[in-house]
Amino acid sequence: MDLHTLSLARAAQMLDEKKISSTELTRAYLDRIKTHDRTLNSFITADADAALAQAAAADDQIASNNHTPFTGIPVALKDLLCTKGMRTTCGSKILDNFVPQYDATVVEKLRQSHSVIIGKTNMDEFAMGSSTENSAYFPTRNPWHVDSVPGGSSGGSAAAVAAQFCSAALGSDTGGSIRQPASHCGVVGLKPTYGRVSRYGLVSYASSLDQIGPITRTVEDAALMMNLIAGHDPKDSTSAPKPVPDFTSGLTAFDKTGLKGMTVGIPKEYLDMPGIDPDVRAVFDNVRTLMESLGAEIRSVSLPHTDYVVAAYYIIAPCEASSNLARFDGVKYGFRAQDTADLMDMYKQTKSTGFGPEVQRRIIIGTYALSAGYYDAYYGKASQVRALIMADFAKAFETCDILLSPVAPTPAFRIKEKIDDPLTMYLTDIFTLSANMAAVPGISVPAGFSAAGLPIGIQMMANRFDELSLIRAGYGVEKSMNLAPRFPDI
Amino acid sequence: MKISEQEVENIAHLARLKMDDEQRQALCGQLSDILGYMDKLAHVDVTGVAPASGAAFMHNVLREDVPQTSPGPRVTLANAPEKDQDYYLVPRVVK
Repeated sequence: MDLHTLSLARAAQMLDEKKISSTELTRAYLDRIKTHDRTLNSFITADADAALAQAAAADDQIASNNHTPFTGIPVALKDLLCTKGMRTTCGSKILDNFVPQYDATVVEKLRQSHSVIIGKTNMDEFAMGSSTENSAYFPTRNPWHVDSVPGGSSGGSAAAVAAQFCSAALGSDTGGSIRQPASHCGVVGLKPTYGRVSRYGLVSYASSLDQIGPITRTVEDAALMMNLIAGHDPKDSTSAPKPVPDFTSGLTAFDKTGLKGMTVGIPKEYLDMPGIDPDVRAVFDNVRTLMESLGAEIRSVSLPHTDYVVAAYYIIAPCEASSNLARFDGVKYGFRAQDTADLMDMYKQTKSTGFGPEVQRRIIIGTYALSAGYYDAYYGKASQVRALIMADFAKAFETCDILLSPVAPTPAFRIKEKIDDPLTMYLTDIFTLSANMAAVPGISVPAGFSAAGLPIGIQMMANRFDELSLIRAGYGVEKSMNLAPRFPDI
Repeated sequence: MKISEQEVENIAHLARLKMDDEQRQALCGQLSDILGYMDKLAHVDVTGVAPASGAAFMHNVLREDVPQTSPGPRVTLANAPEKDQDYYLVPRVVK
């Protein structure tokens, strides 16, 4: 049997039944990474010996029947989640030698259940980008088509799941960085509600927008991952003191009643958007029809401030970034420029050498927008527009359970196609930015292919803390479509 | 919105970034494009709208002030680019 083809749920079941060992499963993934990641470049760091040691420890736990569904499951982590004793680069040269002295809360949860941390995945530097081309190390390639981008910024995690290098991965999503690469790589990506998952130990980019979430092969696997990572954490004051449901109950809800009683809103402003690829539109129309046939009521809704989302986001996110990234000054950790004239020169040379072009661009935009005389016109105005965007969503969710939309206007684009034109790259984020601005959850589920054979996902958004509706509807679409092929032939 | 090279230079200084001529010129054009696009926000009527200053919970979070053991200098300084025993070293500040 090809162990790498097992979903997380199936692998957990076979581990529990002692039909396979974590060591066998981990070894199968490590062999695959060794053979294929030379081409795909989805990992920045993969430590085979450490992974096998964790697998052996997990096998001991299982032998003594002291295990959970995550024991022995190989998981990949986006390289901005702090891992004690394991290099965490954030895709940046400025953290090239950074070895965290503590685990992020989500990592601690994985370790407590004896999961196997198989490696740290590539990403756009500091999660700034939509293609993983902004990594200071190398671009990651799309496993379905190696000349295309995997999306970003969690492109390494999405590519690693699609290439079957791990059972599941964690990514982070500030403006679509889980959902868009999941769509481009044909896997499931869930951005939870802001506050649902602790951000302690996540290297910050834009703190009012960042959220950690799973990238998996199936919606069921995403629900399982959510069961592990969700919940209040005293170490993150923005994490929500809310009860956490069993997310797999969304699957049973669909199996029992389909999508009956569910109202699906179609934001009319989204479909009027210029530049939606015909293949993306066809996938969208297909899912709409499918959801209706599964019992959902479809209705048109309005999100009147859609046209301002990109502008408001690309002010707020860089403002927060310019403040968050001020800490990388060459004093306490990370890279420090040598042979500098004085302290100011050390700061400047450290940052200018350590940060790549996109990070510097966003720091400059943020610093400009926050500077005296411009604050009200930019950050102040953008924050007011954000309040209006939040109100649009609150109103839409008065009558809908789910909002349905494309994830990205086009399938994965070619490597180097957009990298020299930052504004055009920003505009491709139009469908995903709103969930972060409104602090609502969103999921991307594989829903079709382009004529060229590239995967296309569908996005669903739900009201705050209603991930269950996303899991129910996402699982319904996944199960009813029974898409093939599900994974690329690498 | 047109951004001059001098403005880019001033902002770069505030952000503690050093730019060469080529970078500065490229950024001038890109920033003018990007900020030009942002100007569309001027068309939104925000009269009486309170800014969304955060994402979700608009209440303060407090905890008991309980003393805990500190990780200590060995852990805290583990990633220091330069250190001297229990201190970070930086280039000379006072001339």
